[in-house]
Amino acid sequence: MADLIENTMEEMEEDTQKGRFLTFLLGNETYGIEIKYVTEIIGIQTITEVPELPDYVKGIINLRGNIIPVMDVRLRFKKEPKEYNDRTCIIVIDINDVSIGLIVDSVSEVITIPEQDIVEPPKMGNGFNNRYIKNIGKVDDDVKLLLDCEKLLTEDELEELNESL
Amino acid sequence: MAGSYNNEPLLEMFVFETTQLLEQLEQIIIANCYEQENINEIFRIMHTIKGSSAMMNFKNISMLTHKIEDLFYFIRDNKPPNIDYSKLSDIMLESIDFIKLEISKIENGNKLDGDSSPIREKVDNFLTIIKDFNYKAEAAEEKTENSAEKAEEDSKIQNDVLSNKKKFKATVFFEEDCELENIRAYTLINDLKTIAEDIYYIPDIEKSDSAEIIRKDGIQIWFKTDISFNDVHSILSKTIFLRNMELIELEESNESNQHINSNIKQFHTDVASSMKDMEQNTHMLSSNQSMISVNVAKLDKLMDLVGELVISETMVTHNSDLEGLKLDNFQKAASQHRKIINELQDIAMSIRMVPLSATFRKMNRIVHDMSKKLSKEVRLEIIGEETEVDKNIIECISDPLMHIVRNSIDHGIEPTEERKAKGKPDVGTIILEAKNVGGDVLIIIKDDGRGLDKRKILDRAKARGLMNRPESELTDKEIYSYIFLPGFSTNENVTEYSGRGVGMDVVAKNIGSIGGTVSVDSIPDKGATITLKIPLTLAIMDGMIVRIGNVSYTIPTLNIKESFKPKENDVIRDPDGNEIIMIRGECYPVLRLNELYKIKTDITSISDGIIVMVESEGKYLCIFVDALVGERQVVVKVLPKYIRNFKKIRGIAGCTLLGDGSISLILDIADLITE
Repeated sequence: MADLIENTMEEMEEDTQKGRFLTFLLGNETYGIEIKYVTEIIGIQTITEVPELPDYVKGIINLRGNIIPVMDVRLRFKKEPKEYNDRTCIIVIDINDVSIGLIVDSVSEVITIPEQDIVEPPKMGNGFNNRYIKNIGKVDDDVKLLLDCEKLLTEDELEELNESL
Repeated sequence: MAGSYNNEPLLEMFVFETTQLLEQLEQIIIANCYEQENINEIFRIMHTIKGSSAMMNFKNISMLTHKIEDLFYFIRDNKPPNIDYSKLSDIMLESIDFIKLEISKIENGNKLDGDSSPIREKVDNFLTIIKDFNYKAEAAEEKTENSAEKAEEDSKIQNDVLSNKKKFKATVFFEEDCELENIRAYTLINDLKTIAEDIYYIPDIEKSDSAEIIRKDGIQIWFKTDISFNDVHSILSKTIFLRNMELIELEESNESNQHINSNIKQFHTDVASSMKDMEQNTHMLSSNQSMISVNVAKLDKLMDLVGELVISETMVTHNSDLEGLKLDNFQKAASQHRKIINELQDIAMSIRMVPLSATFRKMNRIVHDMSKKLSKEVRLEIIGEETEVDKNIIECISDPLMHIVRNSIDHGIEPTEERKAKGKPDVGTIILEAKNVGGDVLIIIKDDGRGLDKRKILDRAKARGLMNRPESELTDKEIYSYIFLPGFSTNENVTEYSGRGVGMDVVAKNIGSIGGTVSVDSIPDKGATITLKIPLTLAIMDGMIVRIGNVSYTIPTLNIKESFKPKENDVIRDPDGNEIIMIRGECYPVLRLNELYKIKTDITSISDGIIVMVESEGKYLCIFVDALVGERQVVVKVLPKYIRNFKKIRGIAGCTLLGDGSISLILDIADLITE
């Protein structure tokens, strides 16, 4: 019974979260990330470097006693690094019980994108960006790149392998 | 706390439980209200006390409670109308006082010298009176004896409705070393009485040698019941210390014939007895409020939170905002605060501590099985099983211990003839000992076998290319420790139990993974000693915080031998470019942490920084760091999963939070040294 309630609660929660995205800026582009993954947004803080990791994993931070790795999304997308400033944010997301902080230039807003405005990304295949883009959302005249969070986290090993080959 | 009388946890629990039950009983008696449910309650209490006191071998208590149980059994089932309740209450109170007195003797560590026979007699007399009356009233044809058992049987025959009762035969074996088999068998039969009738059993458990027979051949029980085979089976399998049980449904007309026609169903239950035990224990615990079982995950969480609290306390009391202020009252309050937190930390730690006894007792079984199979006579002696270690650690040492004990029996202890020829006692001895030494627990496994063969180990090490130094330079201990290297086994004959050369290697690895070490010593023909040194807990350790650039690392204090400021020309480079430092005539390799981990720092000249000499398993390394920050107690945390998923980072064991909220990585010295 309790399970049932929990399930419906979860469904309801997912319902209200459906189609809602947190948008953030990376250079000139606006990216969107499904709100259900986001745990919280914090300002940039002291990052402890951990050796022997890819450059885009900046290290670990202490979030109220929890130790969370942080990833610089700019570097992840092989963009030019940018010095952190007071607009720099860390978006803490939680995917399949793995918590990670994403360092982005700045966070913009939470928007709702109706399903009909979400389209598949063009199948160009020549830009590495595309790999992490699940969909493209149209909001008025703007285009938001909607991130595939799971790939962001799990493709590393594959990439590592390819790089070492 | 406890421990004033005896540290034995079983005894402690017995005292606790019995005291509570007696209190409950006393209340019922004093209320002088003999309703049906109260009679059931009294019966239940008596039954429990009887069982546990029999287990603890407190004969006078168990005999008395047995008698009272019989009395209430009769009252419950026959509802005699003529009971003199005030007299019954008197007897009961007298009995309670007797047991209470005995319990207080146990608590004070005195000998139990009370004799319950006068009270037993009173109970018997009382029972006879009400029984007599009862039977007369019912115009029973025969005069019954005083014996309560007899009465039970009689009453059963009376109520016997010859319906579709099935006959069963059960053969029950108890766990090795459970002791007092006859009393356990008795409890079992008593339990059966509630569901079955016409119970016959061999051997006769009243006889003194019955425990021995039951140990060997099990107890065979024939009984009649109207519940189904599966129910009987599930009831029987709940028996404490059950090792093996065979239940057979007999066909009609075969009740006394034992072996024939019994081919209907056969169940074999090999019981993970410890599991059952636990079930039983939790069951027992739930009935008494003084102990509860807690989910380990919650304890982990508690430990984590306490760790956080320790850190946040430093963050508050050493807050940089407070610097330079004169805050007498604040300091006073803060030190009080710290004291409470320390106490809390101790308690949180102690909750997680579990005695080694269960792990040690498991070895009894292994020794027994192996000595039988290998036809060697081996005795296991256990010392200090009450030593406590962290729950997580217990889980990690069970396998290694098993390997070591197996190895000792297989390789160490000689066959009986060989022992005789050497003038040793026929029975080999393995001593399993645990003790606290400082912040560590030592587990020593000692056998009186032939000891390790130095020559063989050397030959094997050479053959396997494991030798890294000339033979003459090796100490005996170093030679012996070759057995912990992977792929090493000196026994030519691979046996079922050991000799594949994985055992000792796994031992060293498992123990290493919980931050412990293994060492071995041996005297030819006197035996070998293997010592496991394991930390009390994994969660908290002493560490030295060092700084490189603006990153801080933590070196476990356990590993640190010394630290010193080197001079420029102490360090020399070998042709490969590796740096070596000469200290008191010995050469040690130098590791620059900033180079290894590519950390930016201004301190590159050896004379500007500091060298920390660390040791692990007899090997040394000099780590070059910028500066020492200080020694702290740190709470060990694992690196986030995401990072662990990348790969194992060399030389990093985990991380910890420092007082200012920053993170410090903990170095894994053993990993750094072995390259």
